[in-house]
Amino acid sequence: MRPAPGHRRSQTAAAWLFLAPALTAIGIFFAIPVLGALVLSFTDFDIYALADLGMVRFVGMENYLRILDTPLFWTALKNTFYFVLVGGPLSVAVSLGTALMLNSKLSRFKTLFRTIYFLPVVTSLVAVAVVWRYLYHPADGLLNHLLSWFGIGMIDWLGDPTYAMPAIILMAVWKNFGYNMLIFIAGLQNIPDDLYEAAHLDGAGWWRQFVDITLPMLAPTTVFVVMITVIGYFQLFAEPYVMTQGGPLYATTSVVLLMYEQGFRWWNMGHAAAIAFILFAIILIFTLAQIALQRRTGQ
Amino acid sequence: MNRSLLVCVIVVVALTATGCQHESADAKVVKFWGMGNEGEMVRTLIPEFERTHPGIRITVQQIPWTAAHEKLLTAFAGESTPDIAQLGNTWLPEFTTLGALEPLDERVRLSATIQREDYFDGVLRTNVIDSVLYGIPWYVDTRLLYYRRDLLQKAGFPEPPATWDEMLRLCETMKRQAASDGIRRYPMFLPTNEWVPAILLGMQAGGEFLVDRNTRANFSGPRFRRAMELLASFYRKDYSPIGQSLITNMYDSFSDGLITMYISGPWNIGEFTRRVPAHLSEAWMTAPVPSLDTVRPGISLPLGTSLVLFRQSKQKDAAWQFMEFLASREQSIAFYRITGNLPPRKSAWEDSSLRRNPHIQAFHKQLLRLEPLPQVPEWEQIVIKLQAYVEFVASNAMSVEEATRRLDRDVDRMLEKRRWLLEQGGTR
Repeated sequence: MRPAPGHRRSQTAAAWLFLAPALTAIGIFFAIPVLGALVLSFTDFDIYALADLGMVRFVGMENYLRILDTPLFWTALKNTFYFVLVGGPLSVAVSLGTALMLNSKLSRFKTLFRTIYFLPVVTSLVAVAVVWRYLYHPADGLLNHLLSWFGIGMIDWLGDPTYAMPAIILMAVWKNFGYNMLIFIAGLQNIPDDLYEAAHLDGAGWWRQFVDITLPMLAPTTVFVVMITVIGYFQLFAEPYVMTQGGPLYATTSVVLLMYEQGFRWWNMGHAAAIAFILFAIILIFTLAQIALQRRTGQ
Repeated sequence: MNRSLLVCVIVVVALTATGCQHESADAKVVKFWGMGNEGEMVRTLIPEFERTHPGIRITVQQIPWTAAHEKLLTAFAGESTPDIAQLGNTWLPEFTTLGALEPLDERVRLSATIQREDYFDGVLRTNVIDSVLYGIPWYVDTRLLYYRRDLLQKAGFPEPPATWDEMLRLCETMKRQAASDGIRRYPMFLPTNEWVPAILLGMQAGGEFLVDRNTRANFSGPRFRRAMELLASFYRKDYSPIGQSLITNMYDSFSDGLITMYISGPWNIGEFTRRVPAHLSEAWMTAPVPSLDTVRPGISLPLGTSLVLFRQSKQKDAAWQFMEFLASREQSIAFYRITGNLPPRKSAWEDSSLRRNPHIQAFHKQLLRLEPLPQVPEWEQIVIKLQAYVEFVASNAMSVEEATRRLDRDVDRMLEKRRWLLEQGGTR
């Protein structure tokens, strides 16, 4: 029994009507600015253009070509990949680990610990950065003090180009893992208990249960968490902006930090917009690759 | 009892609120943006102005220096600039390019309180762009040498070094003495996150930073390269520490003798006075910067901030009255007393409060030998880039030759638009 064509048309019209407010908002606050930025990335909009719009030149792909020809961009890209490829897995592993611990039947004060682990997520980053700068202080910092017990000498965490990025990663992971942890806990609670009971009766140990029940059942959650984490981590900005301003020796300059400096510090808006679209392309490729990978392993 | 108290409070609040409203409806409101500490301290001068100018009310917004540049540009883009602001004088070319600032020649010509001849020439010149005056110097900032008199004496130098050759000999002697005494000492502190030492030495070496009507970089030219080599030798020979982390508190390091000389600006007089322990209060002094040529003292930079009037302001006359007030001789002395910022007016230096302070006499000498910086809107961007390369050279990650070559390439790119504009014939 199919509805009459007229009925369907009026249904479609009603659907559009209901969607209209949301679509208008998305159009005005998302689609138009994104399109504007895309156009901007083909121009040399800069401080002179701010003074007089007649000084904008349409430069085609030149912004893009010039960015790819800038060593600093490649440094920033390398730093960003470092952060994503080391920080991302670490963050997922830590959140999964804490989620498992909090979900265990043996652990106590679950609500208390869940709150404690979640606290950094909702704390202001600037406040966190001030505290972590003290922790990282080369002479008086807590971290170096602890390391000295193991005979490890003074490390200049934020001042040495070798250690600055690891320091940023450590702080970012600590700051963010609570959020993914909550998602993992929700995922873990969705796994039926009888699976574990059956496995237990069959003599499967903790590790077997983890590998053959927890991980597969958690796969959709993990894919979601990894994707969100990777997208978020590619946009690294606030941590180096507050902690190191991209230094020392550009060791913590990320792509977004570079974009911010070009755009808002020097007002090279065309250049900055082009950086944004290059980053967009990279994130898109990574996300599509993840989806493809998930499909293949899922089948 | 309680209720009647509450009613009382409400009535009083309502009365004062309407009273305020009534007053502000008549008064012209002038918006002033002040940066950092000055934005805070300028408030203490305002009651006096508002008393003598009953029709004008001043509102101050304080902006941290680190965000000031972005904030002003964004305000211009959003057409929400204040009436007046304090502007770092190296930013003036940028904001005049934007057409954001009001020319002041005519107002100064008619002014009874502002006389151009009374200003230090090198400082006033930074406010003149294409022979139009766009700012009134508010306070001056130049860089010179802070040094430990006792430790220099111990090294056999009763007078601070007048030339860079002498400076290097002094550093060598101190380093040797410290080694034989078994103490860690850096004779000089040239922070690697500052562009000032490189530009200062570059100016002294006579290196034109930009050539071809300021459209091409010239950092890889022999003169600037010489300056950079000199700067690099302080790091290579371990005369100056590299990076920030060793010197966590500069004043402590200076008091401990870990460092004995430091190039800095006038704001540090107050800081040193407060932070250096009492038994060393006689041990530190200031001196003009060493020289690379035969003239003493060496060239230094005309920095500082200016008061500017924004073109979009609707209260220009009222705002100008406040600028005149702040720029007057009396108020520049008052401002010196509360902030330690040095007055840009020669006549203000005759005041006893400035004459009494032994540490600022060297600044007076230094203010008479300043050279202007290139006036291009891209300057801030250029020096920040330079600073990054200084860090690479200091940490031995790049040779001077390579750093200056790369710097030229980067700066040439920044100036591409400027070249195009000049070709078009538009030279704003």
